[in-house]
Amino acid sequence: MLASTLDFVRRFARNRGALVGFVLVLTVIGVALAAPWMFPRNPLRIVGRPEIWPFTSWRYPLGTDSLGRDIAAMLAYGARTTLLIGLFASLTATVIGIGVGATAAYLGGWVDEVLMRCTELFQTIPNLIFVLTIVAILGQKIEYVTIAVGIVTWTPIARLTRAEFLSLRDREFVQACRAMGMGNFRIMLGEILPNALPPVIVLSSLVIAGAVLFESAVSFLGLGDPNVSSWGRLIGDGRTLIRTSWYICAVPGLAIMLTVLALNLVGDGLNDALNPKLRDR
Amino acid sequence: MRRIVLRRLAQIIPLILAVIVLNFLLIQLAPGSLFDVMTSEQQITDPAMLDQLRHSYGVDQPTAIQLFKYIWSVMRLDLGFSYRQNAPVLDVIIAQLPATVILMLAATTIALVVGVTAGVLASIRVNTVWDSLISLGAVFFFAAPSFWLGIMMTVLFAVKLGWFPVGGMRTIGSDYGALGDALDVMHHLVLPATALGLFYAATYARVMRASMLEVFRLDFIRTARAKGLSRSRVVIAHVMRNALLPIVTLLGLQLGTLLGGSVVIEAVFSWPGIGSLLFDSVMSRNYPMVLGVLVLGSLLVAVANATVDLVYLRLDPRIAGR
Amino acid sequence: MAPELAPRPAPILALDQLQVSLFTRRGVLPAVDGLSLTVAPGETLAIVGESGCGKSLAALAVMRLLPEPPAKIVGGAVRFMGRDLAALSEREMQRVRGRDISMIFQDPMTSLNPVTTVGAQLVEAIRRHTDVAHGEAVNRAVELLRRVRIPDAERRLTDYPHQMSGGMSQRVMIAMAIACGPKLLIADEPTTALDVTVQAQILELMKELQATSEMGLIIITHDLGVVAEIADRVVVMYAGRKVEEAPVEALFERSLHPYTRGLLGATPSASRRRGGRLVDIAGSVPGLAELPAGCAFQNRCPDVFDRCRAERPMLAPLLPRRSAACFGAEKELSRDAAIVGA
Repeated sequence: MLASTLDFVRRFARNRGALVGFVLVLTVIGVALAAPWMFPRNPLRIVGRPEIWPFTSWRYPLGTDSLGRDIAAMLAYGARTTLLIGLFASLTATVIGIGVGATAAYLGGWVDEVLMRCTELFQTIPNLIFVLTIVAILGQKIEYVTIAVGIVTWTPIARLTRAEFLSLRDREFVQACRAMGMGNFRIMLGEILPNALPPVIVLSSLVIAGAVLFESAVSFLGLGDPNVSSWGRLIGDGRTLIRTSWYICAVPGLAIMLTVLALNLVGDGLNDALNPKLRDR
Repeated sequence: MRRIVLRRLAQIIPLILAVIVLNFLLIQLAPGSLFDVMTSEQQITDPAMLDQLRHSYGVDQPTAIQLFKYIWSVMRLDLGFSYRQNAPVLDVIIAQLPATVILMLAATTIALVVGVTAGVLASIRVNTVWDSLISLGAVFFFAAPSFWLGIMMTVLFAVKLGWFPVGGMRTIGSDYGALGDALDVMHHLVLPATALGLFYAATYARVMRASMLEVFRLDFIRTARAKGLSRSRVVIAHVMRNALLPIVTLLGLQLGTLLGGSVVIEAVFSWPGIGSLLFDSVMSRNYPMVLGVLVLGSLLVAVANATVDLVYLRLDPRIAGR
Repeated sequence: MAPELAPRPAPILALDQLQVSLFTRRGVLPAVDGLSLTVAPGETLAIVGESGCGKSLAALAVMRLLPEPPAKIVGGAVRFMGRDLAALSEREMQRVRGRDISMIFQDPMTSLNPVTTVGAQLVEAIRRHTDVAHGEAVNRAVELLRRVRIPDAERRLTDYPHQMSGGMSQRVMIAMAIACGPKLLIADEPTTALDVTVQAQILELMKELQATSEMGLIIITHDLGVVAEIADRVVVMYAGRKVEEAPVEALFERSLHPYTRGLLGATPSASRRRGGRLVDIAGSVPGLAELPAGCAFQNRCPDVFDRCRAERPMLAPLLPRRSAACFGAEKELSRDAAIVGA
């Protein structure tokens, strides 16, 4: 067990991009966790003169926005929002996705048909429109945004899980389990799932990235939770000043891009580490 | 062949039916009666009108009946009435749909042209500087949020350089005649379509590169070279022809996200399509319009999906089983 | 005998000490090590050997279709009608391929483009090297399909490769290969992937096409039955080197190299002609990275002696129109000569 873990770490570390990504992700997590210490007061408070440019003042290294709020503070707290929503949305998506995919593959027949039609349905409905609809109807709270994002991103996980389960279902070790009298659920959970997980894990890291992009789009449009500081919202708020103080939009956007980039690189690294044969450079 | 086309198109119907049912369920989920919220937003106070609306929306009847009534009215293309625009929902949406379609088509074109070319170039110059540059570019555009790209592009190309307009679909108060109008629209289309399309271009570049590298190794490419065909002919007529197939499939899978993406881009560039309409309707809690956009948006995606599937059938003779 | 004394026509192809190396992580491997052979017009040369002996690479080298990393021509010449193909530019080589020299491959089902029609691929081959209009090219395509005995040729033009059987696909490949009247056709294991019944038909077809055109044919195979059926002369390769060359009857009657004898199934028997399938020889082919000093066959040879391990045997013309690279064969033949008193 330990040997294979070390082996995994070694293979992951061989991909330099993945290491960079991993470091970046850790940085973002670090900033998010340290936010209350770095910026003890509410980031949405007005603290200084409005529209100070970044790198021009020691007190406000990343400048201030149109109302005079500290961008660095809002960025740090925004990291918390981003990570929280990204994590929980993708968790929701992964749970739904694995559930649907595994059930469809293992039970087959009409259950498979119905579940696949469901998947098709959620793939046809335009994602963002659906999220906005849900938020419009249920309300602009962080929980609803998270669930909404989770609901629109589970389809690729379901498909992948189903494909993996289908290829594993007919292998000998599963037949052996069935011959021993193991129940369906136990086989699915205990035997097949651990073997099907690696590619799903890789996909999950990409789903987190997707969730981050989704959430930022929703809050950019001003439809996120008004009580939380979010990177997307910063960009949205800064739109009116793009002629003079375009840094207000640029800085949080860079943060989003670097985070998504980092997650993608980590995903690639995981892919290399978990499927060494399949990678083709 | 025609039977396949009809069968594929027929598959859209249960899909849309499901969307309609989903719509209905969403309505039921709303806190407080959707009806009450809507009427208060639209500021309808006349009791006679309230009664009439209550009856036509069937709010006072059991849920199952409401569902059937809803399905029936949607099938008759009656998506309700929007007080904000003072017109039937369907009419408003149809009026603004072309702008979105134009934007989606332009973005897809840019994505395909840029992405496929980049992918092909990276694959024939694999493991060189070009390959690395293209991969770097792909990674960058894949990670950047498209609305942010749109804003940054606006800052650079519209505000600082002045090459393109900041937003809108046409120059206000202009009167160019048919050709001039078309050119004006295209001029306004450049920034939003590029901002929307670059994300997909990045995906296509990556997929195309991998696909080309895989096809290069197949036996029939060796045969093509053994026939004495020139390198460019082998690449274009044999490698690309086969390598493009996964891109077509990918295109189909991403149509839903593309339409969603256009919502944000339309907001950034004040592009008068159904995305802007949706945004406006969500802000003003104009539920019939929101749900109408959801249904018609899904229909648009379903039809586009079916078209892509049929195009794929045409391109890959192995599937149709002719 | 008459064929040996008749003046020999100038060869269309002459490989002169061809060397092809594989550049791998484990080092530079000599996949084809100093191969020389000739093919005369109208002649069928068979190149025999186990997989990995370098026969396919040699053929690809002639066509300049080697997989560029890792393979590369590092020495020798490939003379076709006097020109050294190894020295031509890629552009010039493209004019040779398909028109002067053609090649067909082992698996016809994967060797055709799956998304275009058979007719389109034939027309493409025709129009590449001949200046004809599309309509005329289509007519020629139909003619070609008829020549390779495909029934209902006109309808077949609009078929896709997946709609054809293995045998028919290989006929299409042959049609494409002879479309522009090449002087030389190289066939790399053309029947290996086909049914036994179809194999004979394809071989017969190739012989027929050759008879009317003086086209040279190189057939690469590991199946001695095919060799017996169709070849005029045989070259035997082992670990990248040529170890024996002989006219086909002579080879089957009495082979000189122990490896060839092993392939033919042990004892030199005068009546062995048909059905000499590949027999298992004890041991396995040494990897190119682990070739021993001296003769490459030493560890599997039943008649090995000290000189074999110390020195590498070079090809020697031990009998008229025959050569072999074996010290044992040399010894045996000089003994025979001494007995006969020649």
